Amino acid sequence: MLTDTEKQEILREAARYPHRQAAAIEALKIVQRQRGWVSGDIEELAELLDMTADEVEAVGTFFSHIYLKPLGRHIIFICDSISCWVMGSDMLREHLKKRLEIEPGETTKDGRFTLMPIACLGICKDAPAMMVDEVLFTKLDQGKIDDILRQYQ
Amino acid sequence: MTSSANTNKEDRLRQFPLTGALREDGRPLDLEEYERYGGYQALRRVLSTMTAGEVIEEVKKANLRGRGGAGFPTGVKWESMAPLADPRRPRYFLANADEMEPGTFKDRLLLEGNPHQLLEGILIGSYAVQADQAYIFLRWEYNTPVRNIKRAIDEAYRRGYLGKNILNSGFSLDIAVHTSAGRYICGEETGLLNALEGKRPVPRPRTLHAGELGLWGKPTIANNAETLCNVPHIIKNGAEWYAQLSRCADGGTKLFGVSGHVKRPGAWELPMGTTIKEILEEHAGGMAEGFKFRALIPGGASTQFLLAEHLETPMDFTSPQKVGSRLGTGAMVVLDDKTCPVGFLLNLERFFARESCGWCTPCREGLLWTERLLGAIEGGQGEPSDMETLRSLIFMMGVGRTFCLFAPGAMMPLESGLKYFREDFEGHIKGKSCPWS
Repeated sequence: MLTDTEKQEILREAARYPHRQAAAIEALKIVQRQRGWVSGDIEELAELLDMTADEVEAVGTFFSHIYLKPLGRHIIFICDSISCWVMGSDMLREHLKKRLEIEPGETTKDGRFTLMPIACLGICKDAPAMMVDEVLFTKLDQGKIDDILRQYQ
Repeated sequence: MTSSANTNKEDRLRQFPLTGALREDGRPLDLEEYERYGGYQALRRVLSTMTAGEVIEEVKKANLRGRGGAGFPTGVKWESMAPLADPRRPRYFLANADEMEPGTFKDRLLLEGNPHQLLEGILIGSYAVQADQAYIFLRWEYNTPVRNIKRAIDEAYRRGYLGKNILNSGFSLDIAVHTSAGRYICGEETGLLNALEGKRPVPRPRTLHAGELGLWGKPTIANNAETLCNVPHIIKNGAEWYAQLSRCADGGTKLFGVSGHVKRPGAWELPMGTTIKEILEEHAGGMAEGFKFRALIPGGASTQFLLAEHLETPMDFTSPQKVGSRLGTGAMVVLDDKTCPVGFLLNLERFFARESCGWCTPCREGLLWTERLLGAIEGGQGEPSDMETLRSLIFMMGVGRTFCLFAPGAMMPLESGLKYFREDFEGHIKGKSCPWS
């Protein structure tokens, strides 16, 4: 069930466009901001945005930052595009896999982290880079990654 | 700031209009700072003394071409907007700031550091095509640019640069920010239209010109963010000044970037037509200690490799084509001697395979097979016949065989890579392992 606050926020976003459907992506992001993922809200969103449930799902399944299953409390997005790869991102991913004991796409047993690959973050001069939730980290090495992991509970 | 420092900055601005005013500390210029460096003077001139047609003429005279990778002349694009006599309203103007070409980090610099410059470019462009509503399309990951741009939009509304009857000119425009949620294809112009409408962002047929039939079926123009940042300067200082900034027939400056194992990776605004060698050696400082230059992709992941023998090539819209590549986004990624070229290509094709929107078969299936074959060769399981299969995949994903230009772009580095690194490929296949691992 969408809360009244969520509904209001979604309708405020929709008001910026001539058709409510344009707010679909923002609406999905609003829903998952509280719960971390989008679950049984598709039908309700569809009704709110003058869309069919299939249309909402077509959007939800396409975009990489819309989550249709529960994830960890924090998401580590490690850039695996070319500049970061040249600068050693493979080794950093291996380090993260070992430290967190998970494969990319998986969540740690304590629910603290989900590890995700991500396309070029547009900060290639400071490669290798990653984001944790909405925070960007650059010029990474293994020690720096260990420090960053400690900041997130 | 002392007056001499001010003069220096003024000089810098004349030479490097897009980045000359950027702050050292990386914080964005606020409205007052932007105005102090001549900001919104071009808008004032346009609204008080120029017709829409005159604005387009000036931009055409400056020979401004799209900075997003395709290089289409901006003025000509603006002319393709349906005439005002067309009754459909609203008319839309889009700033494409969905920068996601691997290796490219130029728009971020402009969006983060000088958001008002983009807004002024959008305002002037919207006036030129008489748009009523503008959207800035930004990727999810660019949250700092999003914050800075939203703040700048608020400032611009308060100062009367946006909204109804701007500066008492009778021209009105609203700008809103649309934040996306990943996927490279959203940066493709027609994919962006679908994304903005809240649809699955597969591209639209190329026969539908956005100027005629764009967002919600209304006349629409979309320009790359860097392209739009040029516009206020062209209007303020004139097309002739703009043309002489460059070292070639294409006007102006360009943001060039270098990443990989060089001494000083970075992005710089330089005259259009600066040679690759100068960018690499003088600005990026040459190769990092212990690394030798092998090749580079000059303009993002969808451009063909160039070798040491091509380093004298000027970076403009035509010269890289003469040596088999493209300007692209102007963001170079360097391949060094300690990095496996097959691995480099595997990384690029894995990106394309993952980001394919899946709409047309050659791209959806072909890229997957390309990635698998390269993965097998890199992992020491390649067969001699794989080379021929790769070549046939390149053929099948060529221009004209796919729905949009995504897959042909993906084939560009691969085709040139098979040619330049043939011995490396054969070495992997014969030796059944990667010599670099």
